[in-house]
Formats: sequence, structure tokens, C-alpha cells
Amino acid sequence: MYSQGLIGADGRTEETPEFLARFQKRIDAEEKIEPKDEMPEGYRRTLIRQIGQHAHSEIVGMLPEGNWITRAPSLRRKAALLAKVQDEGGHGLYLYSAAETLGVSREEMTEELLSGKAKYSSIFNYPTLSWADMGTIGWLVDGAAIMNQIPLCRCSFGPYARAMIRVCKEESFHQRQGYEIVMTLAQGTPEQKAMAQDSLNRWWWPSLMMFGPHDADSQHSDQSMAWKIKRFTNDELRQKFIDATVPQAEYLGLTIPDPDLKWNEDKGGYDHGTIDWDEFWRVVKGHGPMAKDRIKARKKAWDDGAWVREAALAHAEKRRARKIAAE
Amino acid sequence: MAVWEALLELADDHLVLGHRISEWCGHAPMLEEDLAMPNMGLDLIGTARTLYDHAGKLEGKGRSEDDLAYLRDEREYRNCLLVERPNEDFAHTMLRQFYFAAFMRPYWLAALNSADATVRGVAGKAEKEMAYHIRHAGEWVIRLGDGTEESAARMRDAVEALHIYVDELFDSSDAARMAEAAGVLPVRADLRDTWERTVSEVFAEALLEQPKAAYAQRGGREGIHNEALGHLLAEMQVVHRAHPGARW
Repeated sequence: MYSQGLIGADGRTEETPEFLARFQKRIDAEEKIEPKDEMPEGYRRTLIRQIGQHAHSEIVGMLPEGNWITRAPSLRRKAALLAKVQDEGGHGLYLYSAAETLGVSREEMTEELLSGKAKYSSIFNYPTLSWADMGTIGWLVDGAAIMNQIPLCRCSFGPYARAMIRVCKEESFHQRQGYEIVMTLAQGTPEQKAMAQDSLNRWWWPSLMMFGPHDADSQHSDQSMAWKIKRFTNDELRQKFIDATVPQAEYLGLTIPDPDLKWNEDKGGYDHGTIDWDEFWRVVKGHGPMAKDRIKARKKAWDDGAWVREAALAHAEKRRARKIAAE
Repeated sequence: MAVWEALLELADDHLVLGHRISEWCGHAPMLEEDLAMPNMGLDLIGTARTLYDHAGKLEGKGRSEDDLAYLRDEREYRNCLLVERPNEDFAHTMLRQFYFAAFMRPYWLAALNSADATVRGVAGKAEKEMAYHIRHAGEWVIRLGDGTEESAARMRDAVEALHIYVDELFDSSDAARMAEAAGVLPVRADLRDTWERTVSEVFAEALLEQPKAAYAQRGGREGIHNEALGHLLAEMQVVHRAHPGARW
């Protein structure tokens, strides 16, 4: 999903060739770029955009799963889901902080999200319609996120790379937890198994779309690869994901909803059917089934909470004034 | 009446309040609270799970934590009314949390000497959690009470709305009295002074008055609830009840 952070990214720079060569030399030597280091404006902007979109994805991503906290079918699942959604909020906070090291504030980023200027992963614009979706999201969506994020642990920008190490640990826990939910359903009653299959049918293709357009149609990959913000192409990551996931579905006795999916001995991986790119671009452009509702929910939380944030600031100010008066 | 039923009352308090506060997840006024409220919810649900499990074992009819949580109707739920009150706004939510924690902290401290080993175990963990809830929710009561005009008015509304549910915290049902006599659970009425002290300290800083409630709403321990609880349970239990006997 996070490669979608590069859609529309503007990586152009105005710097001199000498400066850019010096910077590239550091990148090529696998040095980490730190917040106070000099960096091309395009590098900074690309990262602000990508980390911001990643943070927004975590925050908006709390909603589809939050939708099932109050209906989780056992107390153990309820506690685990609550903890998982909380982790996502924590990732958001962590990532906003990483983006702030590049000179943008959390408030600015939040306003860009709420105004629709900033994007977030399109996967969260699909609805969660059954309990099985809590398993499938962990298994496929977090699984796809991990494929994207493991290479980001080696991203050239230090704070992002370090944030990703922690995030990946939690995501891989979520992925296993999601798989375990689906496994329980797949081994359960016929109704539970049908619920799991229906969920896989709905989430499979959107999960493949999380890796972004085909390499041939991805405009910004080259510069991001050169700057080592990105280490693998969209298609490489998508292929890795499919190859890892197909045997997992087979083990569960579930069917991947792609009649063209078949093992290709020559390439040592699976061939898959055609992705519906019209749907992808529709959802990326904000026409996903839940797009309006997601932003409306975030905006409502933000607007309804304004008086709380104002009160906290007013109280802090009063405290400061009293302390000064007492000195 | 039996001791396990007193544990059930306590478990219901924790589950219902944990569920209520979890309703905020993803909708909080700021990201920090999107993390803090699920944290408090997890503490409460965790305590509820151990208490349900223990109550089910003491009952001896093989009912699991999920049987007790998901297969009882509102008339069978025994939580106090305070915890089922709707979230309304952040002021109501934080005051409800503060009132409950200000009661449960001294309760669990007293329960450290319980005659029941499981209750002692729960108490050891829960008293620390409640101390944190008092601090977190109490700080918000202060910030909002002594914040802006609007926040102070909302905080006063919350006090007005929730105060009538305070007395019930200190009532002991027949089952609770049995557990108290057996040394399993602390005597609720004994905790009033500590609760008053905790609340008056925070209210003094929050510039809030503690009203003398003209009357008290009671009934939760007999299963006479407000109408809000039925909706909470309908939502909580819907998936579990739609698939009788399924494993999750």
C-alpha cells in the first residue's frame, strides 16, 4: 500500500549537479540520511509525502477494523482486535513523528488528509462486511504491507528506516494473528468457512492492487529506487506476495478467486490473471466504496474533538501563567 | 445467592465499561487518546475475562467466559448503571472512567487480602491499572474543568448527569454481602471516604462542585438497567449468537 505513497510524487530538484552527485555518493555508500543532513528538496518532499501517506493509512486503517471491535465474537478476539487497532494508531503516531523531522507538522498533515489533498492506502476504502474480514485483513492486507515495509527498514532516510523496524515486528504479529482467525473459520462450521471464502473473494484483488501500478506504468519508481527510498519494484513485491500467499490459502482449503492463477515452472513463481486497473485508479482517485465515509469519520472525530484540544491548550496556558505568577 | 454471582457483577462492570470505552477507538479527539482509551479498555476487558472464568468455575456448570459474556440478556446482566451510560462526549467519558477507577482502586487494594487466591491475583494487577486510570482520567477532568468556558460547561453537565449513579457503587447485593462475609471481596460501603477524598482533590483543581445528589438511580444489580444496555449487548453478542456452538 505504501508504494502508493509515490503516486503523484514530485521528485524534481533544483540543486547543482555537484550537490546531487555528492548526495548520491552517500546514498550509494549505504549511508543513512539524517534529518539535519543536507538533502535535495525532491528527496525531502518525496519522503514527506510517502511517510505522511503511510501515517494517514495507519490512522484511516483504524476505521475498517474498529468497525468490528464492538462485535468481536469472543472476549479473546475482542481484546486482540482492540490491541491491534491500537498498534495501528501507534504506528501512525510514530510515522507522523518521523515525518516531522523533515519539517512538516502533524497538524498540517492532518489537515491535508481531511481536506482530501493527502492520500492514504486505497485498500481502506473497501468495507469490512463480516467478522472474517478481521482475519483476511490481517492475513492479506498486513501481509502485503509487510512485503512493502521490510525493504523500507533499509530505506536511506534514517528515522523512517528505524520506525519501520518496529512497525514490521508488530505487523508480522498482526499477519499471523489474522491468518489464525481465518484458519479457525476455515476449520469451523460450514457457515464460518463460507464467511472466510467470501472474505478472501472480496479482499484478494484489492490486496494485489496495494503494490501499485505495473512497473511500466509507475512514473516515480526510478528516482525513488536511485535514492534508495524504494528497493524493489511494484511488480517484484507483488510477485513475492502472491508466491508466499497461494500455499497459505491452499493449506486452509480456500480458493483464490483467480481462475488464471497457475504455477510457472520457468520463472519459479505464479502467473496471475489481469488486475482491474480501472477499479484501482477509481479507488486511488477517491471513488472507493467507503472513501467518503472514511474521511467523514476522521473529520467528525477531529471536529468533535476541537473543544477538547482547545481546553487542553487553555489549561496548559493557565498552569504556565500561575507558575510564573508564583515565582 | 452465591459468591460466584458477586464475581459476575464485578466482571459485568468491567466488561461493559471496557466495551463502552472501546467504542471511541479511531474516533478520539486526538491520536494520543486513540491509544490511551483502548489501553484502558484492554485493562478492563482483561480483568473481566479472569473474573468470568473464575465465576464460571465456582458456579460449576461448565460455563466459559464467553458463555457468560455472550449468552446472557440484559435482565441477567448485573453491572451497575454508571458503566453502561453512553459515551455522550469526552467529558462524560472521562468522568465516568474517573468515578469508576476512584472506586475500584481502593477496592482492589482491599482485595489484596482476599480469601480467594484468584481474586488476590486480579487485585494485584488491577489496583495498578486503576491508579493509572485515576491519573489519566483525573487529569482530563482537571484540564476540561479548568480549560475553556465550553469545556467547563461540558464537564459540569457530565457531573450533573453521572452523579446520580454514584451511590450504587457502594451498595452490596445479597451475593456481594455473602462474598464480603466470606472475606472474598471487600465491603463496598467502607470505600466511600476514600472515593470522596480522591474525587474532591481532583474536583478542587478542576474548579468543579461535587453536587449532593437529590436522589440515586439503582437497579443494575437486580438486572433493572437503562435502555442503553440492551443495545450495547445486542451489538456485542450478535455474531456470537448467530452461530450457536461455533468456535472463534
